[in-house]
Amino acid sequence: MKIQAIGCGCKKSVKNYEAVVEAAKDLELTDEVEFYKDDEGIMAMGIMSTPALVIDGKIYSTGRVLNVKQAKAILEKAQKNSK
Amino acid sequence: MSEIEENSPAVVKKKRKIWPWVVLGITIALILSTVLVGLLVSWDQAKAPWDFVSSQILGMAWLNALIGSAVEGMWGSAFHSGLWGKSIQFFVYDFIKIGLLLCFLIFLISYIQSFFPPEKTKKILSKYNGIGGNIIGALLGTVTPFCSCSSIPIFIGFTRAGLSSGITFSFLISSPLVDLGSLLLLVSIFGWPIAIVYVITGLILAVIGGTIIDKTGLGKNVEDFVLNGSGPIDIDSPDLTVKDRLTYARDQMWQTYKKVFWYIVVGVGIGAVIHNLIPEAWVETALGGGQWYSVPIATLIGVPMYADIFGTIPIAEALFAKGAGLGTILAFMMSVTALSLPSLIMLRKAVKPKLLVWFMIIVIIGIMIIGFGFNAFGYLFI
Repeated sequence: MKIQAIGCGCKKSVKNYEAVVEAAKDLELTDEVEFYKDDEGIMAMGIMSTPALVIDGKIYSTGRVLNVKQAKAILEKAQKNSK
Repeated sequence: MSEIEENSPAVVKKKRKIWPWVVLGITIALILSTVLVGLLVSWDQAKAPWDFVSSQILGMAWLNALIGSAVEGMWGSAFHSGLWGKSIQFFVYDFIKIGLLLCFLIFLISYIQSFFPPEKTKKILSKYNGIGGNIIGALLGTVTPFCSCSSIPIFIGFTRAGLSSGITFSFLISSPLVDLGSLLLLVSIFGWPIAIVYVITGLILAVIGGTIIDKTGLGKNVEDFVLNGSGPIDIDSPDLTVKDRLTYARDQMWQTYKKVFWYIVVGVGIGAVIHNLIPEAWVETALGGGQWYSVPIATLIGVPMYADIFGTIPIAEALFAKGAGLGTILAFMMSVTALSLPSLIMLRKAVKPKLLVWFMIIVIIGIMIIGFGFNAFGYLFI
């Protein structure tokens, strides 16, 4: 799965990214979590509120800082979707 | 229905569509019953429940009384009516009150705002144009959550989606200026009539400001990268469960409280000083409604300042109690919140200097006009 934690680099987006990284570790996923900060790219995805989480090109969360539990739930859902 | 059926997308969507109507219905019912009681019984009776909400629930007058008794109980009534006693009472009461109000309001409002992500707002607004669009833009600005790092993506997203600069700026002006939180806060200080008029004038300012920027062509002065680029892309924001929304609301509440904590302490401190140490005469002379210069000064002082609106409450309360003009205080509060250095810096990245400067000028003048207006006519509402 392609996991992208979207953010602008501010504290909130870093917390979001770290939560996703920790969640992926807990679930023993081998996929790398990318911290995606390119403004144009973010606009191209249509995202207007960060932090966000995009997996395999599908938007799973926008505008909120995920905690590890929420990130895990989303990662699990994404895993099912990618099968 | 089984649990699975109850939460199927179709049913959830139906439930969601009903809520706005429920809220509207309740609001209308409240207004109607107030009017009926006023006409049939007496206006005092009709106002009573509203006053109760503003003074006891939002204003927590009972808390003030409680703390007063505590101070008196601990240190005697002489101390209680002395300078230190009054300061302690004010400080403790105001700090607790604002803290509680803040937590409750942010929680409630974040929950509501979770229904209005910017992506959805953009989709809604793209169907409108002209002044109607500006009005809806201003209204949506009050309920769409917005952290300053979102202001650029939002600005760019709106512009590329074809939204006129009028709509975008109406949104940008009303966002920080008017929101449910400020409305309820103002109710706690000034009562319902003034709070409602404040919100309405704030929205009018947003609509007029947006319209001016659009019609004069100022709106075209945006940086090139805003216009050139991919888009518009409409996305469907992910569905949130009730639990997600509660978590979001709770997180917003804590984040905001921590962020704003020191502003509140400083604000309450200043409020206590004004309340107990600064003579009414001074306040009235400098900031009372009579002088022509008090509104402009209040407005201009507020511009470079950034304080959370919750921090300005105790100052506003104290000044108001000491006879400062209503319009002067509101102008100060508006300019502190509507124009903040962080958001202006961010906006500068997307907008050329000419537009940025004119944006500030329009908002400042608008606030001053509102300030003068309230000083002149505010007595009608108190």
